[in-house]
Amino acid sequence: MFQFVIRRLLITVPMVVVVMSLTWGLIRLAPGNFYTGERALPAAIEQNIREKYGLDLPWYVQYGRMMRNALRGDFGTSLQYEGRSVNEILGRTMPVSAAVGLLAYLLALVVGVTAGTIAAVKQNSKLDYGSMAVAMFGISLPNFVLGPLLVLLFSLTLYWFPPARWDGIPSRSMVLPILTLSAVYMAYIARLARAGMLEVLRSDYIRTARAKGLSEKSIVMRHAIRGGLLPVLSFSGPALAILVTGTVVVERIFAIPGVGNYFINANLNRDEPLILGIVVFISIVILFFNLMVDVAYGFLDPRVRY
Amino acid sequence: MDSEKRDDVAIHTPPEFAVADADVHRAVEPEAEVAGTSLWKNAWRRLLRNRLAVFGLMMVGVVVAAAVVGPPIIRVTTGYTYDYIPADANLIRSFPPLRAPDGSFSLAHPMGTDSSGRDILARVLLGGRISLMVGIISTLVSLVIGITYGATAGYIGGHVDDLMMRIVDVLYAIPYMMIVIVLLALFGGQSALGQLFLLFAALGAVSWLTMARIVRGQVISLKNREFVLAARATGVSTRKIISRHLIPNTIGPVIVYATLTVPSVMLQEAFLSFLGLGVQAPLASWGSLALEGIQNIAVFPWQLLFPGLTMAVTLVSLNFLGDGLRDALDPQTRRT
Repeated sequence: MFQFVIRRLLITVPMVVVVMSLTWGLIRLAPGNFYTGERALPAAIEQNIREKYGLDLPWYVQYGRMMRNALRGDFGTSLQYEGRSVNEILGRTMPVSAAVGLLAYLLALVVGVTAGTIAAVKQNSKLDYGSMAVAMFGISLPNFVLGPLLVLLFSLTLYWFPPARWDGIPSRSMVLPILTLSAVYMAYIARLARAGMLEVLRSDYIRTARAKGLSEKSIVMRHAIRGGLLPVLSFSGPALAILVTGTVVVERIFAIPGVGNYFINANLNRDEPLILGIVVFISIVILFFNLMVDVAYGFLDPRVRY
Repeated sequence: MDSEKRDDVAIHTPPEFAVADADVHRAVEPEAEVAGTSLWKNAWRRLLRNRLAVFGLMMVGVVVAAAVVGPPIIRVTTGYTYDYIPADANLIRSFPPLRAPDGSFSLAHPMGTDSSGRDILARVLLGGRISLMVGIISTLVSLVIGITYGATAGYIGGHVDDLMMRIVDVLYAIPYMMIVIVLLALFGGQSALGQLFLLFAALGAVSWLTMARIVRGQVISLKNREFVLAARATGVSTRKIISRHLIPNTIGPVIVYATLTVPSVMLQEAFLSFLGLGVQAPLASWGSLALEGIQNIAVFPWQLLFPGLTMAVTLVSLNFLGDGLRDALDPQTRRT
């Protein structure tokens, strides 16, 4: 177990380096830079800037510098937000994104698992068909359509929540973004939980549990759910990667000062240090989360050996 | 190998046969009748029995037909195209659906007009053309890469397989959407058409991973079967064995996964277009129409509602169809 974690952590480092190199390469290969804008800079000034940021050096020197600094955890300063370091921006925006993302995922887990389990236990009932139909719509309704619809209903008609304003954590302004973001995961998790539970409920050890006279409730809650939720658990890894994309859209819709919003702006403005910093940071988060999922797998599924 | 056996059954033995096989004595007579139906006919029959899948199939048909023949019809009847802005300045504002400029009922703009007076239906149909095109072409790109990669890894096996699949694992863990965003933002923006091609390539290049895994699994379960052995014994080259004998036999699961890839790619395209990185004006996709619509949501909600709901209905239909196809082609994994 301990060995497994160490081995996985050791694989993680080269993967982050690959992602970092890929992103850096893309940025370097792309035409133009932050300073090619509407207004052309005087040649002397541009020369000074290039020297200041080391852009006049050969590419391998630039790459080496970038790597060395990145490995020390220093991603430099943002070009767009002058004087603010990438780390400071990440420190400011990450808690916002994490709060919205994790709460949304938590909500999706609770609702999705409940709905999926009930649907599986009452298979082929109206409840089952109804919740699965709703889940299918949840998967297919893009969150940039769902979000505005919620705004239309709850902000512009009922005046319950602000439409696109961020009041910090916690606040009422978090409700709509969290609902919007969690819908897709709720639907996915409900489907996965249902499929997983159905399979487990037909297995031998459940029959044994029934045979020895356990109540249906304790069969489902204590025996079936452990195995039935494994698909949900393995979905949690990739889900985080998708959650990142979802968060970007939701942060755009609701004007949330999170990582996603800054990431899009950084891309549109060619704020290279910030792009690189955010990509690397998110990669580390995702890789770490995948590792956690694999470790958790071992606890839930006694058949798994590391 | 356990999976070998299961895959076999999944492709070649529909449940009707499974029962007949178990009952050896009874098999002789009815088989003469049943044996004539092929895998595809059986699958088609099962698909038609699934009401949701039939609904999905019909809706997809309707959307595709509308996207193909709709724009010319609108041009002939009302004179509007997706980028036609009326010359009369009084018409350059957003009218609600089914309303004429004077507020009376009118069929001219069933979805209303946008802030420049353009017909929303015509734009939604163009958006449909582009969204469907992105979905289909990117899926084809991912099919080509995924099948080639997966079949090669699965057939060669050994260290090559290990290495190739390890690469896939690594790529899985990369936040590829972020890379795609970087790619589109930094390299795009030259021309609307160039951006579209970039989009095809980017989305296709990142969605082949699962396809490669599926094909590899199939190929591994097939490659030791007698017909492959026979082909090898008669001196058929490795490349031909893969392309002629192995790939055609993996087609069932591949079709199913491809059907489900189309809506997911369309969704990703919509995300990117919604962020302003995908399809560029004057072209439109459902995502970019939603982006335009959301800016006026308080006053002209129909600008968002129609593209958004059209997209949602299309994606639901495609997902139903994909689920139905999976159940029909692969009875083993049917969601009982």
